[in-house]
Amino acid sequence: MKLTVNGDTLQLDGTTIADLVSQLELTGRRLAVEVNREIIPKSEHGGYRLHDGDVVEIVHAIGGG
Amino acid sequence: MSDLLTIAGNTYSSRLLIGTGKYKDFDETREAIETSGAEIVTVAIRRTNIGQNADEPNLLDFISPDRYTILPNTAGCFSAEDAVRCCKLARELLDGHDLVKLEVLGDQKTLYPNITHTLKAARELIDDGFKVMVYTNDDPIVAKELEDMGCVAVMPLGSLIGSGLGILNPHNIRLILEEASVPIIVDAGVGTASDASLAMEMGCDGVLLNSAVAHANKPVLMASAMKKAIEAGREAFLAGRMPRKAYATASSPLDGISR
Repeated sequence: MKLTVNGDTLQLDGTTIADLVSQLELTGRRLAVEVNREIIPKSEHGGYRLHDGDVVEIVHAIGGG
Repeated sequence: MSDLLTIAGNTYSSRLLIGTGKYKDFDETREAIETSGAEIVTVAIRRTNIGQNADEPNLLDFISPDRYTILPNTAGCFSAEDAVRCCKLARELLDGHDLVKLEVLGDQKTLYPNITHTLKAARELIDDGFKVMVYTNDDPIVAKELEDMGCVAVMPLGSLIGSGLGILNPHNIRLILEEASVPIIVDAGVGTASDASLAMEMGCDGVLLNSAVAHANKPVLMASAMKKAIEAGREAFLAGRMPRKAYATASSPLDGISR
């Protein structure tokens, strides 16, 4: 399926958020994920099924004041 | 002497809060922050780079949430909506951690706080259970309004973010302090150690800074200077300074001089 992830188009081979995170080689990272502007808790990443056209945001902590 | 800073029921022995932006690398970030003695450390929340190498280092591997109170900051948000969204992402990222620094900016040139959006965002966040430490201007009326709303700390600017101009209007900071019953933390504008000392001598509860350390020629040494400046300023405040006088008062007795 085709997703928009952090503003870029991406082809996902799997079906869940966990699949997406794995495809991006981000498994185990401290992340937060939004799908269509709704936060999906970490505990649900394994079971949450994404759909074609979903807009996903993946964020993490960086240096800042 | 026990003299702790209490924010939202948690106590801290350091009154220096420090940012993690603009350091050369994460090793320098870690060393500067360790040296500063700060216990509360701000971070920003940003999109993860997609397609980057998987072993790219992560800030929180260097600044551990087990050791520091991580204070997610909404820096870069120019609307209440964006700031609230950022805080919710941060709470998810940090496993339910609900202490946040709210900062809603007005424009790119000044990074001056947009107060109408700040008030709106603060209200929404507090209603959603967040503990809000709020960046604001040095307007005592706004500061009081934010406190009355339920912000756990009010953080007026000394001068513009990243300017290093120090505390430009100490009289306003003093007005804010006179009315405050939550911690008042000078946030933004501190350029060097004396600026931080001045804030503490006036009775501020803490100082939040980033550029003053990160942009010093020797950040780790400046972190050490800031630690001492905060402690010295705090002790001077607690000691109570002597009154200012227009004319001299001799320190030695004036009588009994051999003539």
